[in-house]
Amino acid sequence: MAIQVDARGLSCPQPVMLTRRALQEAGDADVEVILDSMTQVQNCTRAAEGWGWSVDCREQNREFILTLRKPPAGHRDK
Amino acid sequence: MRKSGYFFASPAGIIVAGLIIGGLAVSLQKKGNPANMGVCVACFTRDIAGALGLHQAKIVQYVRPEIPAFCLGAFLASLLFGEFRPRTGSAPIVRFILGVFAMIGALVFLGCPWRSMLRLAGGDWNALLGLGGLVVGIAVGAAFVKTGFNLGRSHPTRVIAGLAMPFIMLVLLLLAIFYPHTGENSALFRSTQGPGAAAAPAWMSIVVALVIGFLAQRTRFCTVGGIRDFILMRDFHLLSGVIAFLVAAFALNLVFGQFHPGFTLGPGPDGKPIPQPASHTVHWLNVAGMALAGLSFTLAGGCPGRQVFLSGEGDGDAAVFFLGMLTGAAVSHNFLMVGNGPLAPFIVVVGLIVVCLIGIIGRERLPATR
Repeated sequence: MAIQVDARGLSCPQPVMLTRRALQEAGDADVEVILDSMTQVQNCTRAAEGWGWSVDCREQNREFILTLRKPPAGHRDK
Repeated sequence: MRKSGYFFASPAGIIVAGLIIGGLAVSLQKKGNPANMGVCVACFTRDIAGALGLHQAKIVQYVRPEIPAFCLGAFLASLLFGEFRPRTGSAPIVRFILGVFAMIGALVFLGCPWRSMLRLAGGDWNALLGLGGLVVGIAVGAAFVKTGFNLGRSHPTRVIAGLAMPFIMLVLLLLAIFYPHTGENSALFRSTQGPGAAAAPAWMSIVVALVIGFLAQRTRFCTVGGIRDFILMRDFHLLSGVIAFLVAAFALNLVFGQFHPGFTLGPGPDGKPIPQPASHTVHWLNVAGMALAGLSFTLAGGCPGRQVFLSGEGDGDAAVFFLGMLTGAAVSHNFLMVGNGPLAPFIVVVGLIVVCLIGIIGRERLPATR
């Protein structure tokens, strides 16, 4: 079961802050972040990838769902 | 992520944008814009307030076409890339107040974060104090954000609400182009001397500002965001664009002979020091003014340029912040709070108290869902 973060309608830097908090609490679970702006998609993607998580993005009704997955231990960059 | 966003969202994209924006800002100075001012959002918004008659400081009254063109460049970019998204409802009245105090603080220093870098790039060492204050203000704002400060969520709204600010800016742009004059002592006002009378050709300012608005919307260029993200998350992305801005401005100033280092320009014929362009040397006010501005911008989510660009892509809250800045400019001049004016120390202290209270009272943990 993925942890869900609803960051719709939030301005900088809240979406990245919420995402970071979720990743810190996620353990090995996936994290889903719901966003409604491409700016925040880019910000959260860049941040999550920087922290070593893989990011998959899908668009749905002008909203975006990022699925963040922690790579297996042997494949982590950071 | 859409492929069109790859370059603009990349590290190279933000650095290229910073280089171009910094270079264009200094080039406009070469072509007639005020020295060390380039495309200062605070100064130019203040000039617009004066042209509309919201204040009576006769040397800073001019409908600067750069500001509306920034907004319209961002508007066009957001339409072209499917990012025009009408939204509002994130504590707009608080954003208005933050806009007022951000402008008041910026005008005590005499410049927005962009101008603090343009002043530094032109050799005005007073800008070091302003930049120091800016970093302190952003750090305090970041501390509020880290401990839960937020202004709540915005919500999608009607298209007409998103179009309102681009429409207002289009009207301002038309006023800048045709400059209707209704009488001897009536708007639109236009400075005949001082910084308000210094301007690059309007068509050039419009083209440059449209390009900057377009680029900044695509790359999310934000000076305050750059420093904030580095403090909060050691994220260097936006800050790399800010540094590129400074480097380009400095390099071109050297090429154009616009670099004159010092706290002043040296003694004049009467022995008194000639100030750097549109500056003062009351150091604590330079620090405190920009600390107030930096704190206000951070709580509102971005620098004044970013607020203008956001208003172009349909963000009604950013539009309200801009209207707050316009009001703040009028208040600053009408109450003699600009630069080292008699009421500047008073208003900076009051502003810091008010904005800190906003930061403290606004701390509220966001629910994970709405």
